Amino acid sequence: MKTPKKFITLLNVRRVYSVFFFALFLVLLYMADFRHLKGYETPLFLELDPLVGVAAFFTSLTVYKGLALSLLIIIPTIFFGRFFCSWVCPFGILNQWISHIFNKRRAADDYKTNAYRASYRIKYYILAALLVLALFGALQIGLFDPIALLTRSFAVGIFPAANYISGGIYIKQPLFIGGVLIAMIFLAILIANRFITRFWCRVLCPLGAFLGVLSMVSILRIRRDVDKCTDCQKCLRYCHGGCEPHGQLRYSECHLCMTCIEECPEGAIHYGLSGDTSSVHLPVDVNRRRLIETVIGAAVLLPMMRSSVNGMNLPQSALIRPPGSIEEEDFLRRCIKCGQCMRVCPTNVLQPALLEGGFEGLWTPILQNKIGYCEHNCVLCGHVCPTGAIVPLTVEKKIGKKPDIKPTKIGTAFYDRGRCLPWAMNIECIVCEEVCPISPKAIWFKEEELILRDGTVRILKRPIVDTQLCDGCGICENKCPVHDKPAIRVTSIGETRSRANRMTLKG
Amino acid sequence: MPSKINHKARKLSRREFLIKLSTAVAASAACGAAAMVFRSSEPVLRRSSKIYTFKNYRIETSAALPKLAVVHGHDADKMIRAAVDKLGGIGEFIKSGDKVLIKPNVGWDRQPELAANTNPDVVAAVVRLCIEARAAAVWVTDVSINDPYRSFARSGIEAAVLKAGGKVKFTTENDFLDTDLKGELLKVWPVAAFYHQVDKVINIPIVKNHSLSKCTLAMKNWYGVLGGQRNRLHQDINVSIADLAAAIRPTLTIMDATRVLKKNGPTGGSLSDVAAGDTIIAGVDEVAIDAYCLSFLDLKVDVVPFIQMAQQRGVGTADWRSLSPSKFTV
Repeated sequence: MKTPKKFITLLNVRRVYSVFFFALFLVLLYMADFRHLKGYETPLFLELDPLVGVAAFFTSLTVYKGLALSLLIIIPTIFFGRFFCSWVCPFGILNQWISHIFNKRRAADDYKTNAYRASYRIKYYILAALLVLALFGALQIGLFDPIALLTRSFAVGIFPAANYISGGIYIKQPLFIGGVLIAMIFLAILIANRFITRFWCRVLCPLGAFLGVLSMVSILRIRRDVDKCTDCQKCLRYCHGGCEPHGQLRYSECHLCMTCIEECPEGAIHYGLSGDTSSVHLPVDVNRRRLIETVIGAAVLLPMMRSSVNGMNLPQSALIRPPGSIEEEDFLRRCIKCGQCMRVCPTNVLQPALLEGGFEGLWTPILQNKIGYCEHNCVLCGHVCPTGAIVPLTVEKKIGKKPDIKPTKIGTAFYDRGRCLPWAMNIECIVCEEVCPISPKAIWFKEEELILRDGTVRILKRPIVDTQLCDGCGICENKCPVHDKPAIRVTSIGETRSRANRMTLKG
Repeated sequence: MPSKINHKARKLSRREFLIKLSTAVAASAACGAAAMVFRSSEPVLRRSSKIYTFKNYRIETSAALPKLAVVHGHDADKMIRAAVDKLGGIGEFIKSGDKVLIKPNVGWDRQPELAANTNPDVVAAVVRLCIEARAAAVWVTDVSINDPYRSFARSGIEAAVLKAGGKVKFTTENDFLDTDLKGELLKVWPVAAFYHQVDKVINIPIVKNHSLSKCTLAMKNWYGVLGGQRNRLHQDINVSIADLAAAIRPTLTIMDATRVLKKNGPTGGSLSDVAAGDTIIAGVDEVAIDAYCLSFLDLKVDVVPFIQMAQQRGVGTADWRSLSPSKFTV
C-alpha cells in the first residue's frame, strides 16, 4: 500500500521560504520611494548579503551599521551549509523558477543538465579576484554580487519598464542612462538558464562561491546512505546546485534545496549528521594554478586602474555625487552600485555613471541635472544606502542652518553666457533665479540698460551666481529653457566632501 | 545516380491547382489593395488630436450682493466662511452635484510656515465648504515645480484635503490635453485634463513676491494649469499672465493672505522672508483681488503691467475700491 504523501517536508518548507523572500525583496524595493519609505529597512537584502559585508570590510575595515546583519547568513552557513542560495536569495530563487519554466525536458536531459561541470569552478576565481581587489581597496563586488545586481536591474531596468507599459507606478516616467544595458545583462543571465540550469548560481555567482567556502566545516549536510542507495540517480533529476548527490556530494555546490530527499525512492538520502553508512563528500573544487593566476591578475589590475585618470586623482566636472557622499576614494571603497539611491530619488536625477569617474566608478550614482535635480529638502539617498557611501544627513545638515551649520555643497553652478537668454539674446528670463531654493537666493541679477539692434532701449535682468551660496542642487540647470544644453550648468567643483576639488580661497 | 533524399511530391489535382492559384491571386490582390488604401504623400500617418477650450466656470451672482470681501482674523476656517457668506454663501457658486476643482499654489517642497504654498488650513476650509454645498466631487490639483508628491506632502495640503473629504489629483505626463488659450502669445498648450472634467473651478492662490513679475497672486497662479515647457513663459511674463487670466474664468477666487511671502519669492525658504497677513480676500474679480493684494507687498498698480493688461482685456477692474469691498474682522 502506498503511504500518503507528507506535506510538511523540508522541500515544501524551503518552497514557502523562497516565495516569501522573493516577495519580500520586491515589496521592499517597491517601498523604497518617498511615498512608502517610512523607516522600513528597504536595503535589508543588501545588508544580509555576506559578500557585501565582507568585501566592504576588506576595503575600509568597518562593518557599517546594518551590514552586521550579514552575520545572520554567515553563521548559519557555517553550521548548516549554503542554504542561502535556494532559501533566501531572490536572484537564486528567480533563476530557479526561470530554469523550471525553460527546462521541460526528458529525464535523460535533466540528468545531463544537472551533472557537475568543470565550468562551475569559475565562480571561485571570480570571488578570488573580487576579494583580492577589495583587499587592495577597490570595491568592484557590486558588478557581480547577486543582490546588488538584482537590485540595480530592478531599480534601473525592470521598474521603469513596468511603468512604461502600465503608466501607473510613478508620476513621471523614470529614465536612466544606459538602463537598457543593465536590463539586458539581467535578461541575458535569465536566458542563460535555458542552456545550463541556474547558470548564474552554478557558474558565476561569487556570493555562492563564498558561501560554498564557508560551508567547508558545516556539520549538517545532505547525506546518502550507500547501503540503501541503488544508484538509480533519481536524486540528480531536479538537483538545484549540480552537486552530485548520487555520488560523492560536492557540499560547496549544494543549495540544500532538499529535492533529492523527496525524489529518492529508497529513502536513502537525509539531511543531518553523517551515519555509519553515509557516503564521503568532495571538497571545494578549484584548480590551484588557476586560482594563483587569478589572484596575480587581480593584483596587477589594481595599479593599472589607479594609474588611469579617474575621480580620485583628478577632479572630474561631471562627477557630481549625491549629498552626503564621502570623499571619492572612500566612496569607491563603499559603493556597491546597487542603485537603491537611484530607486529612491524623487526627481530621477541620480543616474548610473558610465565612465565619468573612471572605470572603477561604473554604475555608481552621479547627478544628471538634465534629467532631474537635487530636491532641496530631500535626504532620502543617504538613508537607503546600505554601505555608507552616502551617509545619512538630516535636512538641517544638508541645507544648513545659520549660523553654525554650513550647507552640504555638491557642486557649483556656472553660466554659459553665450547660451543664456538675457546674456546672449537680450530676452527676459531668469527662471533659474525663480526656482533657486536657497534663501537668500544663490542667483541674483543686475538690471542693465541695453540698446537693442533697432536702437530701442531695454532694461533687462541678467542673472549671476553667488558661488558662496550655491550648493549645486542643479534645479537651475534642470529648469533652464535652453533645454538641450542648459545655459547654466553645475560642475562638481567646490563640493563639500572633497579637499582637492576647490576653487576659491574662502571655500 | 538518383538522389538519396527521395521523398517525391504528389502531383497536383486540378482542384488543388485551382485552389492554390486563386489563393495566390487573392493574396496579391490584398497586397495591392492595402497599398492603394495606405498610399499617402505624408511620411507618417498624422493623427488629428482634439484641441480643447476652457469652458466658462463663472456664474452670474445677484447684483445686490457685494463683489469683494476682505476678512481679517486668525482662524482660516471662520474667515473663509465669513467671506464666502458675505458674497452670498457657497450655494451661490456651487450647486448640488457639481464637480469642483480647487487650484491652490502647491509649487514647492516647503513647509506651510514658509509661505511658498497656499496655507493647508485655507485649502481644507474651501474643500469643506464645497462638500457642504453637496458637490459631487471636490478635487485639488496643481502642476508643481518641485516633485509633486513631496510638494503636496510637505505643504500639508495632501493630508488636509484628505481629512476634509476631498481628493488630490496628481498630474502625470498623460494627464494633459492640448487646449487653445486663444491668447495674444499663448495659443495651444497642454493643460491638466481635470479642468475639462469639472463644472466649477476655485482659485486659491497665496500672496508672494516674485522677482520678474514683482508678485505672484491670483492670475499668476494659472501657470500651474500648464504642462509642457512652461519655463518659456518668463520671456514675456506679463502678457503670459494676462493671456492665462483671459482664458480661465474661475467660479470664485479666494486669496490666502494669512501668511505673505515678502521677499526671496516665489520659493522663500526662510521664516525671515515671511510676514503675517491674517487676511482672506474672496471675490469673483481676479484683477481687483490682485490689485488689492499689492499693498501686502508694498507695490503699486503702475509697476505691475499684467494687472493693467488684464483690465484692458476685460478680465476685471484694477480699481478694487469701485467694488466697495466689505471689510471686517472675525
